Amino acid sequence: MRGSSLIVILYLAALASLTAAAEGDRFGERTALVDEIERYGRLDPPPGKRGFDERVLEALRKVERHRFVPESQQSEAYANHPLPIGHGQTISQPYIVALMTDLVDPQPGDAVLEVGTGSGYQAAVLAQLVDRVYSIEIIEPLSEQARERLQRLGYDNVETRLGDGYFGWEEQAPFDAIVVTAAASHVPPPLIAQLKPGGRMVIPVGGRFAVQYLLLVEKTEAGETITRQVTAVRFVPLTGEH
Amino acid sequence: MNTARLPLFSVLLISTAAIAYEILLIRILSIVQWHHFAWMIISLALLGYGASGTAIALARRWLEPRFEQAFAASALLFSVSMVLCLLLGQRVPFNALEVIWDPVQTLYLGALYLLFMLPFFFAASCIGLAFTCRGERVDRIYFFDLLGAGAGAALVIGALFVLPPQQAVIAFSGLALAASALAPAPASGPRMSAKARWPGVLALLQTAWLFGLLYAGAADRVGLRMSEFKGLSQALEVVDARVVTERSGPLGLLTVVDSPRVPFRHAPGLSFTTRHLPPAQLALFTDGDGISVITAFDGDAAELGFLGDVTAALPYRLLDGAEEGPRVLVLGAGAGYDVLLALHNGAARIDAVELNPQVAELMRGPLAEWSGNLYGHERVNLHIAEARGFVNRVRDRFDLVQVALLDSAAVSGSGVQALNENYLYTVEALGDYLSRLEPGGLLAVTRWLKVPPRDSLKLVATAIEALRRAGVTDPGRRLAMIRGWNTVTLLVKNGEFSERETAALRDFARDRSFDVVWYPGMPPGEANRFNRLDRAWLYEGVVALLGDRAQTWVEGYKFDISPATDQRPYFFDFFRWRALPEVLDLRLRGGAGLLEWGYLLLVATLLQAVVAGALLILLPLTLTWTLTRARTRALGRRRAAAGTPLQEPSPATGRFGTYFFLLGLAFLFVEIAFIQKFILFLAHPLYAVAVVLAGFLVFAGLGSASSPWLAHRLPGGARAAVPLAVGLLAVIVLFYLALLPPLFGRLIGSGDAVRIGASLALIAPLAFCMGMPFPLGLRRLAAEAPDFIPWAWALNGYASVVSAALATLLAMELGFNAVLVAALGCYGVAAALFRD
Repeated sequence: MRGSSLIVILYLAALASLTAAAEGDRFGERTALVDEIERYGRLDPPPGKRGFDERVLEALRKVERHRFVPESQQSEAYANHPLPIGHGQTISQPYIVALMTDLVDPQPGDAVLEVGTGSGYQAAVLAQLVDRVYSIEIIEPLSEQARERLQRLGYDNVETRLGDGYFGWEEQAPFDAIVVTAAASHVPPPLIAQLKPGGRMVIPVGGRFAVQYLLLVEKTEAGETITRQVTAVRFVPLTGEH
Repeated sequence: MNTARLPLFSVLLISTAAIAYEILLIRILSIVQWHHFAWMIISLALLGYGASGTAIALARRWLEPRFEQAFAASALLFSVSMVLCLLLGQRVPFNALEVIWDPVQTLYLGALYLLFMLPFFFAASCIGLAFTCRGERVDRIYFFDLLGAGAGAALVIGALFVLPPQQAVIAFSGLALAASALAPAPASGPRMSAKARWPGVLALLQTAWLFGLLYAGAADRVGLRMSEFKGLSQALEVVDARVVTERSGPLGLLTVVDSPRVPFRHAPGLSFTTRHLPPAQLALFTDGDGISVITAFDGDAAELGFLGDVTAALPYRLLDGAEEGPRVLVLGAGAGYDVLLALHNGAARIDAVELNPQVAELMRGPLAEWSGNLYGHERVNLHIAEARGFVNRVRDRFDLVQVALLDSAAVSGSGVQALNENYLYTVEALGDYLSRLEPGGLLAVTRWLKVPPRDSLKLVATAIEALRRAGVTDPGRRLAMIRGWNTVTLLVKNGEFSERETAALRDFARDRSFDVVWYPGMPPGEANRFNRLDRAWLYEGVVALLGDRAQTWVEGYKFDISPATDQRPYFFDFFRWRALPEVLDLRLRGGAGLLEWGYLLLVATLLQAVVAGALLILLPLTLTWTLTRARTRALGRRRAAAGTPLQEPSPATGRFGTYFFLLGLAFLFVEIAFIQKFILFLAHPLYAVAVVLAGFLVFAGLGSASSPWLAHRLPGGARAAVPLAVGLLAVIVLFYLALLPPLFGRLIGSGDAVRIGASLALIAPLAFCMGMPFPLGLRRLAAEAPDFIPWAWALNGYASVVSAALATLLAMELGFNAVLVAALGCYGVAAALFRD
């Protein structure tokens, strides 16, 4: 008898903590994740830096990633890997989000274009850092969900749209930064045209669950375009060299 | 004895349906997942056979008096499970791409493995029951079993021409149902009550399932649920995208998609400095991936300016200057992107080679208007052929041979391709292409760029080896390579590059912000300018590959970039075990793209086969064996006390066990190696599986049936027959190792019928010999240790289950010839064990 009541109590306690995890702000999990990202960022800093920008990390600490993750994946919301969000799309690995955000060097007054809203998480992170975010999605249900979600969470400096991202967002161009969330067969030339001189564009290249490298497109003040293939980690393919 | 009541026709139908189902599953899994599950299906089908063997061995006493009921019920269950397991299997949320992150995926994979095993378990139960309960007529049963299997392999290919694979499953499920309905009813006898009810119950169930099948077929209730991460699924998620038309055939499911609101703009390696945007396109997906685009074309190729600004346009700029445009051979024409590329860039005549006749039919039919009747263009000749076969057959010479980039970037990037055999990018293939070039002609290959470089460098290494084999002493003078941010284009010249050509190359690259990777005489400072890698990895790689210490450099590289050969045609496999710990550590820092996960999937399936086989085949037998022995011992002690001597279990069982285990391993090694070898020759994995499986089954069956005769004629009996058969097959295998490449070279250009006939003729003598050791061993066992017979079956079955995945792993590491040599080793040891 005592045994079974103990089980019931344990069960209720477990249920309560699960509910708390699902309903609460999950601050602890998020902090742990961002601390991990910060640590990795110091081990493999973005090109020319000693670690991730503190502002980027702060934005990641603020945005509640679990609000952007489907119900079935809640327990994994603060794991450092990509998750399927339905419709063949994923929410990127948090580490990659940090790196992409850092690479475009977001500044408080910036206007940023995102091609591929997905869950809306990347847009929310950017919204913490810049003035305005414009985000385009080609999958209708995802676009709807993200719009509704961003509105509900109070990200009123994000504007979303359903449609083709190839020609950018003409009315709001040019942009200080452009984030494309999945690579196509080529970089749309119209997007490059909508980048301000000195602006940066970043595109992850590879599979949905395994990014190969990030393409960083930089437009110089003179209007020249240079691209860099940035691997997320420093990995020297030759044994014995570092 | 019930000799009049042999269910021969039912056995034939069951075998037909079982082989057909095996091949259909391979087809279906390559549509809903990716196309490297062939070995997994072969392994799980064998597991079904092995597990059923164990089950029958254990329940033999109970089953024997109920043979007819058990047979008809198994056949019905086979029929039902063919359809239900397909439906349920597609509910398993397995995602191959997520294996790296989510350990649960391996459990899903395991669930799929066990689920798809079930139909084979029931099919094998029918055959096994007939063997066990009607053992006196085993020769006739065996004959019908093999006849059915052979027929199944041929029938299923035919069926795939007229039915989509999921509908073909229903049709073959109908065959299995017929087998159940046609099986003889139990003879009347004592214990009537249960038996009297049985025919009625069975007929009711059969009729119900018949209606189920008819409904499923007519209402098209069995659909295919493609992985949401395949290119087609993703394209169809896009707002307003829709399927325009679809074709299903044995070579693939073709789907044409229109996306008016967010148009396809497929232009791999398009320069971002271009002023020309790609026009509207339709997309053609094969098995839900491998996008190929149909560009809207009104007959004026000059308007398609974007085709002058892709890396693949480079060879045309180098060929400029001739009076007449170049004569071009496009390998892998698909929906015509590369043909348009050639037209736009001034080709005078284009020979386009495409494997799948249904692609041509689409292009000439429903897509003719959209594509400006591209394949009817006066400068274009379309050939329906396998690329290697065509190149071997064609007598003409070309100014340019262009290998199309047909796989999608996402598939290439995700590493699921690692297990795909590919005979387009091997040393022998490049050698064949080069032999078709005019003096001064160019071979052009464009690939997606991976970072750190993998296929790009492997391609260079493969080209260097092809040139060396052709007797070129300084390959570096015949190579040139450029890259954009996501593609590389390699040129190999039949001759040395001139100053004029390298100048043209530099201009072409600079104007489009492409980087030069290599040309003869290139200063290191020119590398890595526009699209910057953290180091000039590609240039350094090419220099190293051309240098004296290339071998050491390749060995020190953390990805396998050694040249792909017809022996090891795994161009997309770069996996190296020693990089695994580092990469696993780096995946949390965004390094997941460093590993080819397909390879780990293969290892996972091998482990799965080891565990599942042990649990389902060996464990039940072990338990019963132990129980029986304990009982015998207890009995023995009592008898000993009573003065009767204790009977020991039969001796030498360990030796027999090893013998049958090695036979299982070796048989599948040879079979899998031959499937892989024939993929090139028969031009498609599915044809290879069908022909090789049918050939091995039928001829091994004939060999098996002839084995008593041989044992009878030889002075040493079975003991002498096994070494003789093994010796013969060793001679044949060694002979084939030398003979097959030149023979394939001669015949590869012939029609399907000739190549299939030749394949069967080649398989026949080998399979005939391979069919002997097993039944000869069983005969000896029957005389010396009859109790061990179920073990012989089980160990043999277990070895085959493991062997299917192990053979692929060995082939990737060491090549097919090594697999064959390993098989010979197994046979040799087995023969030696048998003689003692």
